[in-house]
Amino acid sequence: MKFGVIVFPGSNCDIDCCHAVKDVLGREVEYVWHDAEELDDFDCIILPGGFSYGDYLRCGAVARFSRIMEAVRAHAAGGKPVIGICNGFQILTEAGLLPGALVRNKNLKFICDTVPLRVEANDTPFTGLYEKGEIINIPIAHGEGNYVVDEATLKKMKEKGQIIFTYVDNPNGSMENIAGVCNEEKNVLGMMPHPERACEEILGNTDGRRLFESIISALEGRLKDE
Amino acid sequence: MNKPYEAVGLTEKEYEKIIEYLGREPNETELSMYGVMWSEHCSYKHSRALFRHFPTSGKRVLQGPGENAGIIDIGDNLALVMKIESHNHPSAIEPYQGAATGVGGIIRDIFAMGARPVALLNSLRFGDIEKSERVKYLIDGVVAGIAGYGNCMGIPTAAGETYFNSCYDGNPLVNAMCVGIIEHDKIHRGNASGVGNSVMYVGAATGRDGMGGASFASVELTGESEEKKSAVQVGDPFMEKLLMEACLELLVTGSIVGLQDLGAAGLTSACCETAARGEGGMEIDVLKVPRREKGMLPVEVMISESQERMLLIVEKGREDEVKKTVEKWGLHAVTIGRVTDKGRLTVKEGDKTVADVPAYSLDSSGAPEYYREYEEPAYYQELKKFRPETAEEPKDYNKTMMELLTSPNLCSKEWIYKQYDHMVRTCTVVKPGSDAAVLRIRGSKKGIALTVDCNSRYCFLDPRAGSAIAVTEAARNLVCSGARPLAVTDGLNFGSPEKPDRFWQFREAVIGIGEACRELNTPVISGNVSFYNETATQAIYPTPVIGMAGLIEDIDKCCTMHFKDEGDIVILLGKTENELGGSEYLCRIHGIEKGAVPRLNFGLEKKLQAFILSAVNKGFLKSAHDVSDGGLAIALAECCMEKELGIKAELKSQLRTDAVLFSESQSRFVVSCSYETLAELRQFMAKLEIPYEILGRVTGDEFRLDINNKNIVALKVREMKEAWRGAFKCLMT
Repeated sequence: MKFGVIVFPGSNCDIDCCHAVKDVLGREVEYVWHDAEELDDFDCIILPGGFSYGDYLRCGAVARFSRIMEAVRAHAAGGKPVIGICNGFQILTEAGLLPGALVRNKNLKFICDTVPLRVEANDTPFTGLYEKGEIINIPIAHGEGNYVVDEATLKKMKEKGQIIFTYVDNPNGSMENIAGVCNEEKNVLGMMPHPERACEEILGNTDGRRLFESIISALEGRLKDE
Repeated sequence: MNKPYEAVGLTEKEYEKIIEYLGREPNETELSMYGVMWSEHCSYKHSRALFRHFPTSGKRVLQGPGENAGIIDIGDNLALVMKIESHNHPSAIEPYQGAATGVGGIIRDIFAMGARPVALLNSLRFGDIEKSERVKYLIDGVVAGIAGYGNCMGIPTAAGETYFNSCYDGNPLVNAMCVGIIEHDKIHRGNASGVGNSVMYVGAATGRDGMGGASFASVELTGESEEKKSAVQVGDPFMEKLLMEACLELLVTGSIVGLQDLGAAGLTSACCETAARGEGGMEIDVLKVPRREKGMLPVEVMISESQERMLLIVEKGREDEVKKTVEKWGLHAVTIGRVTDKGRLTVKEGDKTVADVPAYSLDSSGAPEYYREYEEPAYYQELKKFRPETAEEPKDYNKTMMELLTSPNLCSKEWIYKQYDHMVRTCTVVKPGSDAAVLRIRGSKKGIALTVDCNSRYCFLDPRAGSAIAVTEAARNLVCSGARPLAVTDGLNFGSPEKPDRFWQFREAVIGIGEACRELNTPVISGNVSFYNETATQAIYPTPVIGMAGLIEDIDKCCTMHFKDEGDIVILLGKTENELGGSEYLCRIHGIEKGAVPRLNFGLEKKLQAFILSAVNKGFLKSAHDVSDGGLAIALAECCMEKELGIKAELKSQLRTDAVLFSESQSRFVVSCSYETLAELRQFMAKLEIPYEILGRVTGDEFRLDINNKNIVALKVREMKEAWRGAFKCLMT
């Protein structure tokens, strides 16, 4: 089982994701440069947080045109898990792999804090080890995490169970308190909070660890099936 | 102004000195280069002579002052790189970009040594937030600027301090500090060594922004300063992120002999400094320098302070290798010149020589050095005489407590630090809001603790004692985290050195810092001087900001200031004296900024610090916090906030009640331990002859202080916390 962490110019949380997967969970992981062409060797792809291309035009708007995104698209189409965290989430929405968009926080300021989230669904490869309705504390750090989506899509997302995490106390103005969503097939997840920052006792928080453990457990099941 | 040297900020005598160096009159380009390099900001001409008061060496010091940043050994082949720098004047004019580029500049200083930056800190001073809308505008911009740059770089802004006083009304202070970690054998310096080696330029193209920024920073702010907005640079953190990653990758290849960031005075400074530290000479061609504006004159290219640029000294023949790595990061590297041993900095524009000067004469070794006249100002003896007892004692101490907790200087600064990503890199073990930031070092048991400190009111009332207290308090913050203090970087912010009373303040402060650093064995390894922090009507309080780093041998044993569990025993270490002079209480409640500052006894201080460190390491303490601004009552309240725990304390004292609660006597700590540990801890304290007083216990939700069996303060912690947390947001709106 191997994780791949995509590195765009301006990615910052690539190291943190690698550390969580490799040093905390003991799984194989590699950095993948943004102009690589294929991801065949990988079982799960992580698009990390940061400021890809400086986020100057619009968060994720340039990164979505990176060469690697075609491979990410193919990886997702093959039903394999893809997770976008923070800037990674923004890139996935820009790339059309997830519905909706992320706009400026309601208070117009960057917010770094640890906030309670509600796990809305555990029938995904990312949340299998959480209880549905469980409250977990996960750090956020973003200036543009205010989730918006059109009413029709939102309705459909609700029907299909695509809302995965919601904020208990909405910090950024997101519609319906949305913190994380997935695609219809539930193998692509995007979330603004940073589970990789909550994997170790020494950092005072291990609530994010089960997200990675869920992925590992889902992949192990899948690999066994194959 | 019709003398050419006046236009570049030099004196007639200095002009004569240039003629002496050159054996002829300088041309316009050369004169401008001397103008920026001999500005106070670059040459430290008024401050250098006093630096001999600082201890700058020690067995752990791998690099003292004089390089891009200082380096201290932390064992296991690892070292800590640090430096603080001011960006006061730019931030006064254009707060967002001024603060942002301050952060950008200090980050470059750290990776120029080859280190990966791991933490940012900042020390901010603003005017009276309750009276001035402009102050709010400045805070908003400065905080957003620091956040905008640091967050994008992916470097956690892990600690800081913010104070308000009307002395900063026209002249805010923005000091940014950066810390990096490096392996000993990866240390690089800004040396242009190896004759024939290539001088390469990498990063953003050069424009006309930031022209003469160094000179701008070396005069007082006036009404016309607004018009000098062009002297403020514009930052591009994304470019800097690419530049940083490219440089760190290059350093591993061995092709880089030296590197230097282009900061104040731009190419002029980078070229002459690297040359002076290396073979002594360099020749560059300004036509090869990438530009983003047409028609730039050689002099403009040489003194531009465009951001996000680095100078690389590359081993001859390996230029293409460098280009390739740099291009991977989407940047370009171009060869603009070569290292010579001719002792001269020669600037060409194609075939034409436009400047040719001895390289060392530009840099601080050749710049003039002054020892200004100083004079003790009359206020010093006068204000000392004030007797705090003459202030009327408050009738309702609950009200006084709440007034202090919600005051600009004592309230929670969460509104500020929540705009900074303080968790990225997942190494931040103790986050902002405790005494010091604590970061783990990946792949090691070790951690580092970092803090910035200065009580500028003390430094105004008594610059020597106040500065010594700033150093000591920084050290206290570190030992409370379980870290051994190792070294200091100082950001010295003062008024005009050309005025004898201001220079007296500076001289006294330098002596005070030197004395405290010697006592605590924390050498000064880097720093920055910012003079001319004054407007037509007033100078700032002397503000020598002390950045300090400490080492934690075992990260699992680090400690925070917060009370942990109900029932724990709360102990005050040290002794409370009648020392309300210069206190936050006198200032806030009575509007008085007078009196003698608290005395500092180094013997007792060192004994207490050693005790705390060893008690934390033995696992005796569940929390440790130093008593500083606001005194014992505020220190206790701060310990209660995080976990919303209360305290029931019974104090015994002969002092007046306000002195018991708010005196700022030095060398005091509030610690807590479990009831089971108490006996052992008492034995340990007795053995080391530590003065202490058991205050009481950690309780549920009540903050209750009794003195001599009489209840003085009784408040609900939840209410205190709400007011304390919300106060800053209220002040800003």
